[in-house]
Amino acid sequence: MPRADFDRHLRVLQDDLLVLGSMVEKAIAKALDALKRRDLEASRQLIQEDDVIDQQRFQLEEKCVELIATQQPMARDLRALIAILHISVELERMGDYAEGIGKISLMMGQEPPLKPLIDIPRMAERATDMLRRSLDALVNRDIVAATGVCNADDEVDALYDQVYRELLTYMIQDPKTIQRATYLLWVAHDLERVADRATNIAERVIFLVTGKMTEINVSRY
Amino acid sequence: MVMQEERTMEPQTTPGPATRGIVVQKLNAWYGPLQALRDVSLTILPNRVTSVIGPSGCGKSTFIRCLNRMHEVVPGARVQGKVLLDGEDIYAPGVDPVRVRRRVGMVFQRPNPFPTMSVFDNVAAGLRLNGLRRPGQMSDAVERALQQAALWDEVKDKLKQSGSALSGGQQQRLCIARALAVQPEVLLMDEPCSALDPVATSRIEDLVRALKERYTIVIVTHNMQQAARVSDMTAFLLMGDDRAGELIEYGQTRQMFTNPRDERTEAYITGRFG
Repeated sequence: MPRADFDRHLRVLQDDLLVLGSMVEKAIAKALDALKRRDLEASRQLIQEDDVIDQQRFQLEEKCVELIATQQPMARDLRALIAILHISVELERMGDYAEGIGKISLMMGQEPPLKPLIDIPRMAERATDMLRRSLDALVNRDIVAATGVCNADDEVDALYDQVYRELLTYMIQDPKTIQRATYLLWVAHDLERVADRATNIAERVIFLVTGKMTEINVSRY
Repeated sequence: MVMQEERTMEPQTTPGPATRGIVVQKLNAWYGPLQALRDVSLTILPNRVTSVIGPSGCGKSTFIRCLNRMHEVVPGARVQGKVLLDGEDIYAPGVDPVRVRRRVGMVFQRPNPFPTMSVFDNVAAGLRLNGLRRPGQMSDAVERALQQAALWDEVKDKLKQSGSALSGGQQQRLCIARALAVQPEVLLMDEPCSALDPVATSRIEDLVRALKERYTIVIVTHNMQQAARVSDMTAFLLMGDDRAGELIEYGQTRQMFTNPRDERTEAYITGRFG
């Protein structure tokens, strides 16, 4: 079959992207786990591991450039490469948010937790689920699933609202909590951004399939 | 066939009713009993570069040869349908094919300067045929054509040398100058770069982009990247079951190469058949 070589390269590239996706997913889970357990060593390790995510993204980018230069892809092939290029950037940024949560955890240090974490792990769970579903939509070239990811962002926004209101109440009641509440607010903000970037991935899937660039669901944040 | 702009035969950029440009209506062409083109209808926009792409044998060359009545030169060949050049049907009874070919010039795959003629005479040949005799006027016209073909600076000191002594790329530009000398409205180019190296190709492509200011250009090419680089509009032809070429999709080049509407166009331009 003509273009078998290109098709093989494209499959490998997509597999590499999925590897990057699962690295990011693990980093987010690890960041939350270290935060909950107040495990500073795990947070430090997580921060270091972000370099590996960055490297994976650079390799993906290089492969995309190489394929564009050597294979001159057109139409759907070109859109696939451009989509993968964009998605790799989104994933790498998601990894940075996980790293950010690790840094916040270190800043919190040995201070006692302000409150048990309930909605923040929920946000992480939803955002990670969106990430997984956006990559599934990519693999299956499924625009219905991709649209579903964009719509799921509302739930994460709602949880973020809730976290914000709750932390604000703490801060108003006792200004001594401001520092610790702000740390948690930053964590929630990072997770909200992860969900936004999952919708960006879903939008790239829609672009790959239809050729149309659209913003499906504009986040309130 | 898929039209990208609305459902009419004319893309929205057309300046009003088809007074300028080329309107092709239900064009059919045969070589003896073999049908080479079937029901091709499209509007070629003035001062734009239109590329015609498609696999070998799909009728690309036949199509452009129908636009200046060159097709009928082949014994047994015939044409049916309308080709309106600025509103006038070039196949109407009483139309002189020689006059049509003066208005619609052509450049071929292999540079074909007249081998026994000098650079100057190659360009002047068409003008002489058209009755231009005065020497001063002639040299002005030759210089103008060579300037337009971006060849003047390279040949101004060797106008008396043989045209075939030039490099391949220069010969092709000489042929373009020869076609431009008679001041046509349309320039047809049948794979003009297929015999040229990348540098010469790039010069011709620059030239094509510059020439569209004055001329309507239709270019047949096997090189998809070339079509993507130089043309504003792209037509994709494909042969049907009986091997007659049909127009599958016609639209803006940037759309055709990023998001074609028809699966067959997609398969062809991504290199999956053809």
